[in-house]
Amino acid sequence: MAVVFERPKSLVDVSTHYCPGCTHGIIHRILCEVIDEMGIEGDTIGVCPVGCSVMAYDYFRCDMIEAPHGRAPAVATGAKRSNPDKYVFTYQGDGDLAAIGTAETVHSATRGENIVVIFVNNTTYGMTGGQMAPTTLPGQVTQTTPFGRDTDLAGFPVRVCEMLSTLDGVALAQRVAVDSVPHVREAKNAIRKAFENQKEKKGFSIIEVLSTCPTNWGLTPIEALGRLRNECIPYYPLGVYKDKYAEEVAK
Amino acid sequence: MERNLMKGNEALAEAAIRAGCKCFFGYPITPQTELAAYMAKRMAKAGGVFLQAESEIAAINMVLGASSTGVRAMTSSSSPGVSLKAEGVSYMAGSDLPGVIINVQRGGPGLGGIQPSQADYWQATRAMGHGDFHILVFAPSSVQEMVDMVIKAFDLADEFRMPAMILADGLLGQMMEPVSFPEITAKTIEKPWATNGHKNARKHNIVNSLYLQAPDLQRTVQERFERYEKIKQTHTEAESYLTEDAEIIVTAYGATARVAKSAVNAAREAGLKVGMVRPKTLWPFPVRELNEGCKNAKAVLCVEMSMGQMIDDVKLALNCSLPVHFFGRTGGVIPTPNDVLAEIQKIGGAL
Repeated sequence: MAVVFERPKSLVDVSTHYCPGCTHGIIHRILCEVIDEMGIEGDTIGVCPVGCSVMAYDYFRCDMIEAPHGRAPAVATGAKRSNPDKYVFTYQGDGDLAAIGTAETVHSATRGENIVVIFVNNTTYGMTGGQMAPTTLPGQVTQTTPFGRDTDLAGFPVRVCEMLSTLDGVALAQRVAVDSVPHVREAKNAIRKAFENQKEKKGFSIIEVLSTCPTNWGLTPIEALGRLRNECIPYYPLGVYKDKYAEEVAK
Repeated sequence: MERNLMKGNEALAEAAIRAGCKCFFGYPITPQTELAAYMAKRMAKAGGVFLQAESEIAAINMVLGASSTGVRAMTSSSSPGVSLKAEGVSYMAGSDLPGVIINVQRGGPGLGGIQPSQADYWQATRAMGHGDFHILVFAPSSVQEMVDMVIKAFDLADEFRMPAMILADGLLGQMMEPVSFPEITAKTIEKPWATNGHKNARKHNIVNSLYLQAPDLQRTVQERFERYEKIKQTHTEAESYLTEDAEIIVTAYGATARVAKSAVNAAREAGLKVGMVRPKTLWPFPVRELNEGCKNAKAVLCVEMSMGQMIDDVKLALNCSLPVHFFGRTGGVIPTPNDVLAEIQKIGGAL
């Protein structure tokens, strides 16, 4: 019997700790499909920091480093600079990447570190039980914005791809989502492109993946995908914010 | 052997390169900046990586990343910057990662001052981050010792899989002395735990400090402390000076020990039986060496460029068997030999 669909080899066959309906599973899968298709598992070093992805070192079969909260791009910088022939990626959430680790994010980007950053944005701190994140939408109810995010009090969300696209060191800044099959395919292609960039030493590539958190959003998985589509994507439009080499070719 | 006149900060850098340090990550801060400047000039030529990080926090995490892949890596800073590295050092200790951290101490707390100080003793030996752990702490007292201790720090950090610190001060960092660099036979210590790509030839490696199952965490920490006990038995170092018949023992480390030694010599000339024990390792503290040096002593004088921090370890080491006096000055107010001599005479008069 012909096998038409199977688990990626680089995705360890264990139950994950993620909540039912969480889209981390999809993102893990497409990332591992890319690693498998490029045949780079043995040459890849993953960095996962603090947040829901903290235990992802048990799920990816490549070598893994667990970084302090927000510091994944610095840890990845150290790993990549000392191993320029290896593939290095980080897998970070929004609190990690856009709040406590903002400096590490911005400076690894502007240095053009030749790494891939997978940025999973679900507009909340999932691991600690759903507090306001730097990407929490105005009006969004969280544990620490019980009456909805009041922008007079708590300020505005950070649009990471837009912000990083102004930096010369960034090769690719693209926002994708995993709410539908076409979007998942697009997300996988973006991740593939980011790893191809690293292979060709093009510099810093960030793929922002709009994701869900049914548990802390207080929604069913299906409802959560609806919220992602109807509320998150309008605030965080999908698309390529920067593709340095496409721009150069166009010139 | 060739001898060069070198500034302490630059000697630290050169020694690291010769010890096989392949990555230096730093951030500017007085009074250690020459170290980074030297690395910026030399590292690329030596086949290594120099990178100026966006912060002290990023710098130590770059060390964490490089060290995870099995490469010798170092960062350097001075007191306020070292505080920022505390998080990373704790993660490194919890992940059993080697690495060398230089602290060219200045005055504190807060922004303190930019003059030499020894006020980070507690931080280095007690609380270089959250959690139960130790790091190796070396206290050079000359530019030559800075060289020798950096090499030793890299070797022992690799051997015991833990961070090591050179606790220097602004005086040592800024002064020039002749140094020679020993022929280094770089120790090759196998690092089968390194996350440098498994090449489909082994199981994947994980560098991690998280243990959600409490018994697992306890077991890991306990195993680490068994390793610490071995180090305490075998890797303490101290200089004993004129201790054989000494009735008063002066204890001091680093730059302060140079001042104290002059005072001990002056006291001897005045007919007082005084000696000195200078800890060269601060963790592990040279308990045995201090007790040996104090075998005929009736009193101890601890001299520091702080309000009294190492004195805690001196008292613990002697187990309250002798009276321990203290003389200290804070950041930048370097004690003079006459200051110390006066304290010795005061103690001598009361014996």
